[in-house]
Parts: sequence; structure tokens; C-alpha cells
Amino acid sequence: MLSYLVHRILIMIPTLLTISALIFIIIQLPPGDYLETYIAELESQGANIDPEKIQFLREQYGLDKPMIVQYAYWVGGLLQGDMGYSFEYSLPVSQIIGDKLLFTFLVAFASVLFTYIVAFPIGVYSATHQYSWADYGLTLIGFLGLATPHFLLALVLLYVFNRYFGISIGGLMEPEFIDQSWTFDKILSVMQHLIVPTIVIGTAGTAGMIRRLRANLLDELQKQYVVTARAKGLAPLKLLIKYPLRMSLNPFISDIGHLLPELVSGSVIVSVVMSLPTTGPMLLRSLQSQDMYLAGSFLMFLAMLTVIGMFVSDLALAVLDPRIRLHGGATK
Amino acid sequence: MTAPAGPHDKLPHFVSTAPFDPYSIERMTADQERYFLASQWRMMWWKLKRHHLAVVSGTILLVMYTSILFSEMIAPYNLHSRFTDYIYAPPQRVHLFHDGKLEAPFVYGFHYSLDMDNLQRVYTPLDGHTVPLGLTAPPPAQLQHLRFFCFGDRYEYMGLIPGSFHFVCPAKDGVLFLAGTDRLGRDMLSRIINGARISLTVGLIGVTISFVLGIVIGGFAGYYGGWTDIVVQRMIEVLTSLPKLPLWLALSAALPVNWSPILIYFGITIILGLLDWTGLARAVRSKLLSLREEDFCTAAQLMGASPSRIIARHLLPSFMSHLIASATLHIPAMILGETALSFLGLGLRPPITSWGVLLNEAQNINVVVLYPWLMLPVVPVVIIVLAFNFFGDGLRDAADPYK
Repeated sequence: MLSYLVHRILIMIPTLLTISALIFIIIQLPPGDYLETYIAELESQGANIDPEKIQFLREQYGLDKPMIVQYAYWVGGLLQGDMGYSFEYSLPVSQIIGDKLLFTFLVAFASVLFTYIVAFPIGVYSATHQYSWADYGLTLIGFLGLATPHFLLALVLLYVFNRYFGISIGGLMEPEFIDQSWTFDKILSVMQHLIVPTIVIGTAGTAGMIRRLRANLLDELQKQYVVTARAKGLAPLKLLIKYPLRMSLNPFISDIGHLLPELVSGSVIVSVVMSLPTTGPMLLRSLQSQDMYLAGSFLMFLAMLTVIGMFVSDLALAVLDPRIRLHGGATK
Repeated sequence: MTAPAGPHDKLPHFVSTAPFDPYSIERMTADQERYFLASQWRMMWWKLKRHHLAVVSGTILLVMYTSILFSEMIAPYNLHSRFTDYIYAPPQRVHLFHDGKLEAPFVYGFHYSLDMDNLQRVYTPLDGHTVPLGLTAPPPAQLQHLRFFCFGDRYEYMGLIPGSFHFVCPAKDGVLFLAGTDRLGRDMLSRIINGARISLTVGLIGVTISFVLGIVIGGFAGYYGGWTDIVVQRMIEVLTSLPKLPLWLALSAALPVNWSPILIYFGITIILGLLDWTGLARAVRSKLLSLREEDFCTAAQLMGASPSRIIARHLLPSFMSHLIASATLHIPAMILGETALSFLGLGLRPPITSWGVLLNEAQNINVVVLYPWLMLPVVPVVIIVLAFNFFGDGLRDAADPYK
């Protein structure tokens, strides 16, 4: 186990390095850099720009150095926990992200919870009642969530919730609570505003989860140990929970790592539509304006969380599933 | 009278002259024979036919993909035609009865007035009963009978051949907006029908790219194993641990601004395909890892076949059907991806018309309240994504040789 752990951790290092290089290249891909965007913006407002000042800024931000040096600076900073400096906000990246991270995680956490709560019973039910009308119906609902574009669902739900429940449109709390200290009412308001983004982001993952749980459970249900248990007269519900369900839980665990990037992807659009104070709109804006340290550091942060998430879920799988052996694998 | 043959007497050696038939004891019925001699693809087709949902979905897909060949003719108008008198007109309904009398299919004409209190355009159907805003008595009904197989709005078929033939046209001097009009007074239905051409092909081209990439990369990783495998696996891990949408965004922001819309379209499809091959590559790799140990593979190696020939001729065909089925399941994700990118304004741009571009107009909550028909392009998106999912599921079940 220990050697597996060490091996697994060591392998994360080249992965993360590759990711950082990839992110850096992708962010540099669009022509020009932040300063050019900035200058164009100033010029469109009719401001006169001193070429010396531009040169000064360029030097100060290190944009005149070759790409590889910029990359080295960035990665070196990251290793020391310094995420760089955002051109656009004129603030350290960690400060900008820090504010929004809490809400991002709040939304992500609620969405994961929603996905599990919805997918689990539906998956189990449609597997045990295969090809029944309820199976078809529930699967269809799950797929509808997958098939409807996020932003549209968000818009419609926003309207519905505003119309029938009186929840204000957009934002993560009622306008009067912004910049107020945390009171019970404010928490309640946040909870209410969380409902729509949770549903919208959560539904996308639900269909996949239902499908996998259903397929896994169907495979298990046909196995001989289930027949044996049934033959010896174990109550159906107890049988289901005790044996096949346990075996088919793997996707729930192994998906933890992958859920994160998916959720963030989903939340970008939803947050833009609903003007949520999460990291999504910030990321979009920074990608468009080439605010490279902000976009890069944040993407890197996400990738790191994902890699760690996958690591944790691998470990959890190894611990929880007795069938997984770490040594003597038969794969050649 | 001859004596009965004793135990030591030899019987004469019997040879039947009838032609040898190994199946004389148990004869296969015609059906059984057909079944055992059927090819892999034929078996798949039989299994697929039993999966009703997949058959229905497949039919829908077929109809939709056929429709993109005739988009201009199915649509009642050219997708760029503007009707400035009918801005934000609501959808019209096709009626068969007027005042209890059966008529040929028709729509009611519109009475247009401005609601100065709400600053809104108000369109009232002229059915002889409803009183439009600002009038006291209902104006006489205006029945506009549809024309079928007719010549109407001019278009250029596939942007090349000019024509004006439509399957359905509005009445002479009438209008026909079955899905309403947008902010420039363009017919939404015509735009949706024409948008299908782009939206449906984005997925196909994207999947072809990711399919080829997945097979080649996964194939080499699985066949060679060792270092190639480790590198490819890391690559897959890197790509899957990055959120997809920001990557799409960053890459499409990198497309040069001065590209023509059609180049942008290909750029977007390539981007969608470039980031999607990981799942397929993983499937190919794990399959090849086990298949390359099989005897037929060793035999091919001993006969001097090159690795690419072994992969392509001997290994891939044994699970090609399965691969195609899983690839089908990737198409809807690409269609949705295009929609999302276009919605954010980073995907396709007008004048190219796709469902995502159309939905771009439905960005704010006003639309939901005032002009809900602008959200109609979502209907084909949902249908096509569902159809692809169910069809792909059925195909995958059918391709599974172990069931």
C-alpha cells in the first residue's frame, strides 16, 4: 500500500507539470497580450498613450521576456504559493479568487449533493425495474436534464422562481443583503438563491450518473451470488442493499475527481447567465482579456484539485472495494 | 433356408451410396441457418430492431439529417429575409376550421398596434372575434390560405443555385410565421430549419476527428504498451483533469478574428474534436491490451504483418461496431458544446446560422417573459440530443457480442 501511495504521488508531479505547460500555451495562444487589449481599450476611449509608458508597463509585467522565462516565473511563483498578479483587477490573483472561491465551492457542493440525491434512487429503481414504464420515464427525465442547454434552463427556472416564489433574479442573495454581515435571514436568502443554480448544474451530471449506476447494478444483479442469496430466502431489499448495491457504488466514488472540472464547466455559463459571484464569469472575462496570470493560476488551481481528487478517489476505491488489488495485476 | 449368422461371421462392409449429409440427424431450420451464417453487422441490425426506442430515435435522426439536404425548400422563407412590419411577431397557428366550417389549412392575418402604456408591439390574429387594442369592434376575419409546392421567397440552394421553390408558402400578400419572428422580423422557423445544417454537421465532423485521433493514439498505446502507453495515459489524464468549457473558450478565443465565418466553423469543430478523443482512446487501449495476446494476433506477427496492419486489419474490426456506437454518444455533447460556445459569443458568428447562434438572442430574462418563441431553437436541440443518446445506447447494446 505504501509503495503504491508513493508511486501514485510521484506520478502526479509530471502530470501537473504537463498541465501547467499546456495551460500556459493555451492562454498564450490568442494573438497579442493583455497590454495590447488594454491599450486598444484606452485608445477607443480617446486616451493618448505614451509609448514610453507602454514600454515601462511591459517591462514591469515581464511581458517583454521570452515565453519560456515568463512560464518559469509563473511556475516558480506557483510553487511558492504565489499565484501571480492580475492585470485587470490590479490585485494579487489569490485575493480575487479567494473572495469568489467560497461561493464556487458552495454551488459545486450543492450540485454534487443534488446529483447524488437524485441519481441514486432513480438509478437503483430503474435497474431493479428494468424496462418498466417507470424505468423509461425516469431515465427520460434524467436525459432531459442532460439535453437541455444549461443557460436556457437557468433562464426559465429563474423566471419561474421569481414569478411563483418571489426570489430575486440573479445574484446569490437578495440585493439588500449584499455587504451586510451574516445573519440568519441572509443565510436563508443565499439558500433560496442556490436552488436554481444547483438544479441547473446538477441535472447535467445526473443523467450520466443514473446511466452508469443502472448499468453497473444490472450487471451485478445477474451474478450468481445474487441468485444464491435470493434462493436462500433473503428479503429482496436487504439483499439489494447488502450485495449488488455495494458493488455498483464504484462510479459514485471514482467520479469525485472528475466531477469537479465538469461542475466548473457547467457553472461558467450558468453563473454568467445568472450573474453569480462565482469564479465562472471571472474566468471567462480573464480568458477574453488575456489576463493570463488570473486565468492560468485559476485553471491550474482547478487542475490541481482534480488531480488530487482523482488520487483520493483512487485511494478510496482501493480501500472500499475489496476486489481491487494493488499488486500482481494481470495487465501486461 | 440359411443358418442365422453366428457371432464370428463377418457382416458385409456397408457403404451408403447416398451423398453425405452431416446434418441428417438434426436439421437446421431456415431461420436458424440464417442466424448462424449472419455477419456481425447483420446480427447487430437484428438486435437493434428489437430496441424500439433506438429505432424511433434512429428514424428521427434520419429524418433530421435528410432534412438538411432540402432546408431551403422546407423553410417557408429565406433565412435572411426581413419583414420590418412584423418585428417580434408571435407564432401563428395553422387552422382548419373557421366559424365551424372546414377550410383548407390557413392562418389568420395579424392586426398590428402599439401598446403605448407598456411600449410593446401587439399583434392580434384577425379571426373576426378578438378585438385588437385600440379598436372597439372586431375587424373582419382575414383568412390566409397556405399554398403548397409553390414558388415564393428567393434563396440560393447551398449558397450556389438560385431558386424559389418551397413545400409551403404563405398566401399571396400574406405572411406565415409558424414560430414567430425575431428582433429583425426574420421568420424563426426558417432560421431553425436552416440552422440545422450547421448544428447537425458540427457534431459529425467533430466526432470524426476525435474518432480518428482516439483510434490512432489509443491503438498505438494499447499495442505497444510500455513507454508509449505511459505517455498516452498521462496525456489522457491531463486532458480529463481540465475543465472542458474553459479550454474550449480559450481555444476559440485563439481563432483569428479575420477568419471568414466558414473557417471559424471548421475551427470550432476541430476544437470540439481535439479535446474529446480521450474516452475513445482509453476504450481502444484497454481492448487492444487484451486482444494483442490472442493467438490470431501472434500469427499475424509471425507472418510479418506490420503493426499498423495488425491493428487496422486484425484487431480493430473485432470491436469496431462497439467503437462506432460509443462515438455516437459523443455527438450530442459536441452539439451542446457548439450551442454553449455560440451562446457565449465565442463560437459561430452570424451570418452563419446555427441553433446556438439563434439561442444567443435568447440571452436575457426579458425574452422568457415577452418573446418566449425566441427560445424555440432549443426544441430541436433537445430532440436531437435525446435521439442521439437513445440511438447510441441501443447501438451499443446491439454491438455487445456478450448479450
